[in-house]
Amino acid sequence: MISLNDLLVLVPELFLTAAACLVLLFDVFIKDDQRDATHWMAILIMLVTIFTVIHGQPPQTVTAFGGMFVRDHMAEILKVTVLIATILMFVMARPWLKDRKLFMGEFYSLSMFSVLGVMLLVSAGSLITVYLGLELFSLPAFALVALNRESKLSSEAAVKFFVLGSLASGLLLFGMSLIYGATGSLDLHTIFASIGTTPHLHLLQFGLVFLVVGIGFEFGAVPFHMWLPDVYEGAPTPIAMYISAVPKLAAVGLAYRLLEVGMGPLAGDWTMMLAIMAALSLVIGNVVAIAQANLKRMLAYSTISHMGFVFLGLANPTPEGYSSALFYAVCFALMETVAFGVILALARKGFECEMIDDLKGLNRRSPWFAGMMAISMFSLAGIPPLWGFAAKVLVLKAAIDGGMLWLAIVAIICSIIGLFYYLRVIKVMYFDAPAEGVEPLAPKPDLAMRWLLSINALGLIAMIGFSGVLFAWCQHAFGA
Amino acid sequence: MTTWPILSVLIWFPCLGAIVVLLAGNARPRVARWLTLAFTVITFALSLVMLTQYQIGPGGFQLQENLRWIPGINTSYHLGVDGIAVALIVLTTFTSILVIGGAWQVIKDKVHQYMAAMLVLEGLLIGVFCAMDALLFYLFFEAILIPMFFLIGIWGGPRRVYATLKFFIYTFFGSIFFLIGLLYMYHRAGSFDLATLWAFPFTMREQSWLFFSFLIAFAVKTPMVPVHTWLPDAHVEAPTGGSVILAAIMLKVGTYGFIRFSLPIVPDASQHFAWLIIVLSLIAIIYIGYVALVQPDMKKLVAYSSIAHMGFVTLGLFIVYMLARGQNDAQMAELGVQGAVVQMISHGFVSGALFTCIGVMYDRLHTREIAAYGGLAKVMPWFAGFWVLFAMANCGLPGTSGFVGEFMVILSSFTANPWIAFFAAYSLIIGAGYTLWLVKRIVWGTAPTPEAAAMPRMNAREAWVLTAFAVAVLAMGVYPWPLMHLMDSSVSQLVTHLMTSKV
Repeated sequence: MISLNDLLVLVPELFLTAAACLVLLFDVFIKDDQRDATHWMAILIMLVTIFTVIHGQPPQTVTAFGGMFVRDHMAEILKVTVLIATILMFVMARPWLKDRKLFMGEFYSLSMFSVLGVMLLVSAGSLITVYLGLELFSLPAFALVALNRESKLSSEAAVKFFVLGSLASGLLLFGMSLIYGATGSLDLHTIFASIGTTPHLHLLQFGLVFLVVGIGFEFGAVPFHMWLPDVYEGAPTPIAMYISAVPKLAAVGLAYRLLEVGMGPLAGDWTMMLAIMAALSLVIGNVVAIAQANLKRMLAYSTISHMGFVFLGLANPTPEGYSSALFYAVCFALMETVAFGVILALARKGFECEMIDDLKGLNRRSPWFAGMMAISMFSLAGIPPLWGFAAKVLVLKAAIDGGMLWLAIVAIICSIIGLFYYLRVIKVMYFDAPAEGVEPLAPKPDLAMRWLLSINALGLIAMIGFSGVLFAWCQHAFGA
Repeated sequence: MTTWPILSVLIWFPCLGAIVVLLAGNARPRVARWLTLAFTVITFALSLVMLTQYQIGPGGFQLQENLRWIPGINTSYHLGVDGIAVALIVLTTFTSILVIGGAWQVIKDKVHQYMAAMLVLEGLLIGVFCAMDALLFYLFFEAILIPMFFLIGIWGGPRRVYATLKFFIYTFFGSIFFLIGLLYMYHRAGSFDLATLWAFPFTMREQSWLFFSFLIAFAVKTPMVPVHTWLPDAHVEAPTGGSVILAAIMLKVGTYGFIRFSLPIVPDASQHFAWLIIVLSLIAIIYIGYVALVQPDMKKLVAYSSIAHMGFVTLGLFIVYMLARGQNDAQMAELGVQGAVVQMISHGFVSGALFTCIGVMYDRLHTREIAAYGGLAKVMPWFAGFWVLFAMANCGLPGTSGFVGEFMVILSSFTANPWIAFFAAYSLIIGAGYTLWLVKRIVWGTAPTPEAAAMPRMNAREAWVLTAFAVAVLAMGVYPWPLMHLMDSSVSQLVTHLMTSKV
């Protein structure tokens, strides 16, 4: 039975659903040169959704539809960050899309549906909701990657993403069916409760493996990372930005719901799996990133290595561990938006900022953007006093507290390796002279983008001071 | 006592200055220079205010500020200074003015960015010396790398990219293990606050691991012998200002780390492994002295001599254990620590001055080859006078600052073991060898080329900068008492602390 209370819990999601449909309809009736209206409308809708998420947040965890949907503080933090990242993407994408004649209403409605999927996913209270959210997130994302129909690279990336994504959700679904078979329930809390009593423990563990695979795919952790570099390279840059930030946040929620809420008593099994994936991601991500000449591929491998860091936090199944992983994911999402934002800002009509060498001598051409990029690179490398440092300290601390000193040392060694390619980007921007024949003009992106990008980047410095506040929120989300 | 947070002001005022200077833009280098000078002078004045507010008698950590930073991991924005820190902060602010003066017209490209990097660097260095929270210390300690990376990479010599990457990755490599050590200490002690860590009874096994995690970080930064190879490259490629900051202050960050972390937090492991540090210090003093002797490049020569001199500092710091614990001679131990700190400060002035001198010559002939110069005494007589003075200070002539620290360290090591003193004192001979030979080739003789014979004399700016260095060197050499008095109580508190075993 649907009661009014259930619907009230879902107000942000319901609002976004209605609004996304409205945008879809609205866009049909306007002319191409009026599309800015869709743009601002979409941003407004996102802002209102943020407001409804925060404003309607009950002090305690509430559930709806018999526990299928959970509204708690972790979901709140993840939703707000996802919405902020999407707003950043909308603002930074507009000039880029316009230059390439991709400025279409579909971009906005698809993105909004995808975000809706993430919001469902992080609030999932049962396996069905998890799967529903995941698919609702993925399907529009596949379409978004293929937004540029003319581009072969985009189509290739979309097909790869689609095939591998389907495979992963298939595996996830298979794992869920095994778990359902072992426990007789789809509700995560019921599963949790019946783990102690079920006679089918091995079946359950077998199912768990598939859950971890699905989570690993969502994160893009090694060995389920192969789609990531191709999608980053092939997808339209704004979509790459979206893919780099949002699914990672969703995956933290996914991991928490499935592993802790659902499979908590089996923590001994899955922490080791996560730890191994973390170590592999750290090593392979960082080492392979060094060999990349393509900026987006480099960022893709760097993302893989960062997912290793998130796993460092998750592998310590305590509120402290989860809150550090959540902190890391939020921080990472906002660092990636800066890096991709600069790439978007530098792209011009008929020119993509693809290769690391395209940044040559950026400090001479546009010191401001070079500075923004340098901030994001130093932050990704985890150099103080940037935000990435605080995140890194927190997950390392979680790993050490969880008794995984070896993993922390692997992470540390890998971050030395990783330092090299981040520094190379800075070296190219600051120490190299601009290449011959490159347009000497500094990029002139629109004002909204310039401001937002600057605030985003400077925030990476300012946030080190406010890390305490955010970390307290994250801890609060997990009841620490 | 003040009610305003003077240490925070000291840290953030130069950083604020950097933003202002950046806003001045590339088009107005004059404005950028004068603004930077104004900011450094005001910072120096502020540091003098701090000096007067620091009460020497009671010692301990004063002017403390404590704000919550990340309560979730019990780390806070905790600042405070003792006598040692006060001395180093004044050294920093003083040298910064001279560095800005030294780079006045030398830097022509992107002046505003250069000046901003210098100001940020100054603020962060002050931060290192003020931090009383281990994570905050680490934050400043690492953040220094960023402006230095740009200073060498943008305004450096032909192999600057190689040098700056080597510098960055090398030092990052060192300090990241320090971070693991910090997190481990937090795991055990539950706080990043230095006072808590000083008091926390780590077991001997833990202390040994922690000792090496500290050692990697500080040995790279100091630098000590097997991990010193980044320094000559960084020095040779850095612009003059970068070299001066690097030699005069940044190297002290490493030895300061020993004083704040290794000695008080892991005293027993430090005692146990003191022989290692002493041996490495002696190798630095003797072997690196010989290496310096054969350098054809002036900057490299001074860079190697820096490593040798830093060997004295580490020797002075770790000889303490033989005295304080082995022979129960706290007074001699204090002398060793004091000598080390005096040597830190003195080396700051002397190496800073020598690099400035090299910069002055480089601006004229654009080479650092020793062979390209000669007969300075005739070409630039006043400048030659400064050269000789700083060279004498470098080899530790009595009456200059170089003598005081080395003498104190040698004296205390003589009490510990005459052989150590013998080898340490041996450096005075080698030091005199490479320095005087350098002076002979550059200052005396005749100019090898017409260009070298026609070098213009010092201008007023260069003369002022060198005079300031000279005054500092001589003042410290003739009358070191105020400096020693300043840190007297802090040093004796440190020695008392490390005389008690933790296990």
